[in-house]
Amino acid sequence: MKTTPNRRAFLKASALAGGGLLLNFSWLANAQAADKVAALNGPEAGNELTGYVRITPDNVVTLLCPNPEFGQNVMTSLPMMLAEELDADWKTVVVEMAPHDTTKFGGQFTGGSQSVRAYWRPLRQAGAAARQMLREAAAQAWAVPVDEVTAKAGVLYHEKTLKSARYGEMATKAAALPVPKDVKLKAPKEFSIVRTPTKNVEGQKVVTGKPLFGIDYEQPGMLLAMVQHPPAFGMKLKSVDATQALKMPGIKAVFPIKVYEDGTERGAFETRTFNELVAIVGTGTWELMNARKKLNVTWEPMPDFREVVNFRGNKRDELMPAGLESTAAQFRNMQERAQQPATVLRRDGDPETAFKNAAQVLERTYTAPFLAHNCMEPMNCFAHVTAEKALFVGPLQAPGFAEETLANRFGLPKDKIDIRMTRMGGGFGRRAYPHYMVEAGLISRKVNAPVKLVYTREDDITYGIYRPMYTATYRAALDADKNLIGFHVKGGGLPEHPVHANRFPAGAVDNYLAEGWEIPSNITIGAFRAPRSNFNAAAEQSFLDELAEVMGKDPFDLRLDLLKRAQETPVGKNNDYDAARYAGVLTLLREKSGWDQPENKAKKRGVAAYFCHNSYAAHVVEMTLRDGQPYVETVFSAVDCGIVVNPDAATNMVQGAVVDGIGNAFYGGLTHQDGVAGQSNFDRYRMIRHHEAPKKIEVHFVQNNIDPTGLGEPPFPPVFGAVANALYKTTGKRFYQQPFQPQVEKTKAEL
Amino acid sequence: MAPITFTLNGKRQTLTVDPQMPLLWALRDTLGLKGTKYGCGIAQCGACTVHFNGTATRSCQLPVSAVAGQAITTIEGLSETGDHPVQQAWLEHDVAQCGYCQTGQIMSAASLLKSNPRPTDEEIEAAMSGNICRCGTYLRIKEAIKTASAK
Repeated sequence: MKTTPNRRAFLKASALAGGGLLLNFSWLANAQAADKVAALNGPEAGNELTGYVRITPDNVVTLLCPNPEFGQNVMTSLPMMLAEELDADWKTVVVEMAPHDTTKFGGQFTGGSQSVRAYWRPLRQAGAAARQMLREAAAQAWAVPVDEVTAKAGVLYHEKTLKSARYGEMATKAAALPVPKDVKLKAPKEFSIVRTPTKNVEGQKVVTGKPLFGIDYEQPGMLLAMVQHPPAFGMKLKSVDATQALKMPGIKAVFPIKVYEDGTERGAFETRTFNELVAIVGTGTWELMNARKKLNVTWEPMPDFREVVNFRGNKRDELMPAGLESTAAQFRNMQERAQQPATVLRRDGDPETAFKNAAQVLERTYTAPFLAHNCMEPMNCFAHVTAEKALFVGPLQAPGFAEETLANRFGLPKDKIDIRMTRMGGGFGRRAYPHYMVEAGLISRKVNAPVKLVYTREDDITYGIYRPMYTATYRAALDADKNLIGFHVKGGGLPEHPVHANRFPAGAVDNYLAEGWEIPSNITIGAFRAPRSNFNAAAEQSFLDELAEVMGKDPFDLRLDLLKRAQETPVGKNNDYDAARYAGVLTLLREKSGWDQPENKAKKRGVAAYFCHNSYAAHVVEMTLRDGQPYVETVFSAVDCGIVVNPDAATNMVQGAVVDGIGNAFYGGLTHQDGVAGQSNFDRYRMIRHHEAPKKIEVHFVQNNIDPTGLGEPPFPPVFGAVANALYKTTGKRFYQQPFQPQVEKTKAEL
Repeated sequence: MAPITFTLNGKRQTLTVDPQMPLLWALRDTLGLKGTKYGCGIAQCGACTVHFNGTATRSCQLPVSAVAGQAITTIEGLSETGDHPVQQAWLEHDVAQCGYCQTGQIMSAASLLKSNPRPTDEEIEAAMSGNICRCGTYLRIKEAIKTASAK
């Protein structure tokens, strides 16, 4: 395959001070992945993709990993892609985490399952360019034609003269050569690193407890800090009396902080529900925990306010309502709102007539609660802010957006803000929201010292930025022969609706209607592993299962029939999935799960499939009853993410998503009473544990040579649907309300 | 505050801190040993697991006063060069995703295998159920424990 770096590409070679080659590269992500699907995935479009490869005379090949790692394996899989085209010896490649640098590295956003997809071409082009320069250097040194110089595992060869040299030996000479304008990339059949199971480059550091995480960071003279936020959504700070707290050992200061200034526009990923906090600063975590109990803080109801949200120039006016919200009332409000007119998101054919003429209509409503991210490493950030400059070190997913926020808040030019990304103890979307960085910075500036802000688990769970509370009503119109003639989804949420109007089964039904509505809430929400999809896949895939039963069809057959229609004579425009690939994962799953074999009576099966974040995933779960409790014992997964860069790590991602999905489907949920969270730690916020995980998760990838797409999110959403469908087979009851466990408890007596 | 002396990773260690301070914070804040993690502070997640006289114990609920004269092992002291059979098995199965909970998981697993070198699946599940992994690496953890058990 011959590719030409696009016109916005930038490759620059330079000599290292001590000899060797430094190849900087820079591409704009939107030039690489500029299709409509990428645009839907949000902020990564427009980010610059940059990094470097460095080869020193002692033959050390170093690759800077631009995007932060939170468990999705980018620190391993991105370098593998570059090393592949460089033909480096993987065993000698050193991977370093890049600092945040606006001019050199751009946005460095980790999210939307985009890292592998966005870097696939840029990293390989950089590797191929470096390899070509090394071959050219060797050709000149040996006075042989460059076409006769080969490269393998970090060594250059000329067979006719039996000459060879390690890359390091030619690196200085290569640095003086022009960067090739176009490079030939390998065909997939030539891959020797990509598609080879490769261990996590930080594995040894992880298992020996090295201080990799933000919460582990420290500097001499550093103070520790915590913040007290209101005990309820809808409350704000009234006053603080720190007299008693300041008498406690190790306590240096107590003061209120205002995270964002009044009257300023709300930037990307900024949240303002708890805008005024009480900061407490001291020398030790334990001292802070104790002293917080002595703080005398009073809170008062927060009034309504409107704010202008400015997401990179796209402005909208948003209402933050006053009031102390409770889950039961929220449910009632959603039920009432669902009866009112909503915004039409897509309409194909004449759905109203189809439903009017239907011989049978199936209608079902699904709900799901707020979810907290529960990253195992609570929110934290180190900051040292002075009048001239600022340093921030911590776990963060969106340093580019954070830099803008910090520059505005601290009145510092971006080049005076140094941001360093640590390995993250989980992210799942939560660490894109920079409030904790601002808080750390404000505290540091006030006490004029380096400070590490640490949230307790309770602070972390009750601060907000949750997966929204959702509901959706699905309706299907059938004619007298049980043919599907109309499909209607009307979804709503608190405070955003979940509907992806152009996703399957849009495109597969002649008469189709998608609508959405929203209710403002002062409980803040944010991106949570596969936003919106994590609910849709549960609701839609449960509905299709029930629809298949009503239509007298096998659930695989129903989906495959619809996908065949979408592939052959698609309805409407802008269908944002590839029906053939969607059907492909189902076909693979059907075979690998033995779906068409007679069902084991003790194991009931459920299937679900979904497409999001550019990849396709489907699962069959096999459920048993264990002491009366439905238990997912075995899972078969099929995934199409194109070329699988690091197969074992990819399998790990899918297995992890399955476990996380089962856990959230059964147990995940955050309730509120008068604005106060009903769950604030893992005693009441139930997380899936070892004995509740399946015994086996068998992962199969569709084998193709399509450019790779991400895996952090896509395998997660369909788990919910597969679990719901297996629950029906196991218990004889349909489950419409997440989390499922409380519903299971109600039916256990009947089982 | 009277000094408290105990054995930490095989060496004598003296601490002069509030005797009620959980060992977790003495390790992390006072002694600079960051391998033992804070996850919940209420002994629900296992991220802070250390060995107390060889037994897996949640250090977030263990006051420093309780370790006087006792032996504590943290992940930093589990092996000299990071090659404890459990650590090796973790690498062999490439268990970690984000990695934050894994030191606690490893300490629980090492303690289990010390007292029960050939655990059944059910025994592994029972011993490990106090350690939460949000990334969902439980299956690999179990496989790694079986691998370490066979060595």
